[in-house]
Amino acid sequence: MFASALIVFRETLEAALFIGIVAAATRDLAGRTRWIVAGVAAGLLGSLLLAASMEQLTTLADGAGQDVLNALVLAMALAMLAWHCIWISTHAREMVQQARNVGSQAQHQGQALWAIAIAVGVCVLREGAETVLFIGGIAASAQSGWQALLAGAGVGLLTGLGMGLLIYLGLTRIKVQYVFAVSNAFLLLLAGSLASQLAKVLTQADWVGVGSEALWDTSTTLPQDSPPGMLLHALVGYDASPSGLQLGFYLLAIGFIWLASRWVQAGLSPQGRPVLRSP
Amino acid sequence: MMKTLKNFLLNPLALLFAAGAVPAFAADTELQLVIKNHQFQPTEIKAPAAQKLRILVHNQDSTPEEFESHSLKREKIIPGGAKATILVGPLKPGRYEFFGEFNPATAKGTLVIE
Repeated sequence: MFASALIVFRETLEAALFIGIVAAATRDLAGRTRWIVAGVAAGLLGSLLLAASMEQLTTLADGAGQDVLNALVLAMALAMLAWHCIWISTHAREMVQQARNVGSQAQHQGQALWAIAIAVGVCVLREGAETVLFIGGIAASAQSGWQALLAGAGVGLLTGLGMGLLIYLGLTRIKVQYVFAVSNAFLLLLAGSLASQLAKVLTQADWVGVGSEALWDTSTTLPQDSPPGMLLHALVGYDASPSGLQLGFYLLAIGFIWLASRWVQAGLSPQGRPVLRSP
Repeated sequence: MMKTLKNFLLNPLALLFAAGAVPAFAADTELQLVIKNHQFQPTEIKAPAAQKLRILVHNQDSTPEEFESHSLKREKIIPGGAKATILVGPLKPGRYEFFGEFNPATAKGTLVIE
């Protein structure tokens, strides 16, 4: 029972923390709940479809079908998150000013959340399909003690979701003038984590041959499949033995988003609006 | 017609391979693994160092399994009854553990690189 709880917890944790952080980072944007719920719903539906077609997917692209899909999903989530981080940096100031009082800007701000919905959707899809297959496998096997395994899976699911809720509550308790800086920092680290996982998939599919050697190995000090390791993996992209390519992608993604945000901000008037848009 | 053409193209190649004129790196080393009753068979596979390896995993159970290895940095889902290919290497000599993530208590194995 503990084993199945741990497996489902690991899969749920990553998606739940992602949603919790994104929900906190967008909490003052009009219609954000609708966008996030739509993303989660689409991701769950996609998980069922993906789990059902996993056999066909596995044989595609000369056996690299899963890697192709993983790479696409990660690249998509990364692009959407980057776009959102850069976009939100142009609005940070006005959002702090009118926190909890969105009013006239509601329409305008609502437009950008499709990126968040897509990022949430593909994240749920990635972790969801695996969970569906695992739980489906337990249910179908009818081996002795499957009820306990299924109960364990339920415990893992709820614990994972609880962690997502916890980070959301923690982030939303931060003072309003810091909340954007803090939640944006978390979004940046999530982007780095996605980039590092993308690098891993590119190596796994043998599309990129360089930088595949591990730089260091901390798997004895902090195993990646221990609960703290899982938590750090989901939050900041912790990898016990990262390759050069992973570290490079991680730093490049964070550096790019940070510089692009600064560059966009530099083009703003003191009112915190893009110069091009001011009357 | 096509068959003749194919033979014409392949035969000189086959001769070259036989003569050892073309180094063996052209073909990856292939390894076979079977998953049965949530266990890997064999539990230990051996392969030479500094070569690209293709591990063919045939999941003979009806339930899905996920081949996972932290040291090899690989994870791939293998649906029940399906086959999957995992590419690894070139690797340094050593022992690389792998396991089935969906049945980690029973599905364990090691790739030994010599």
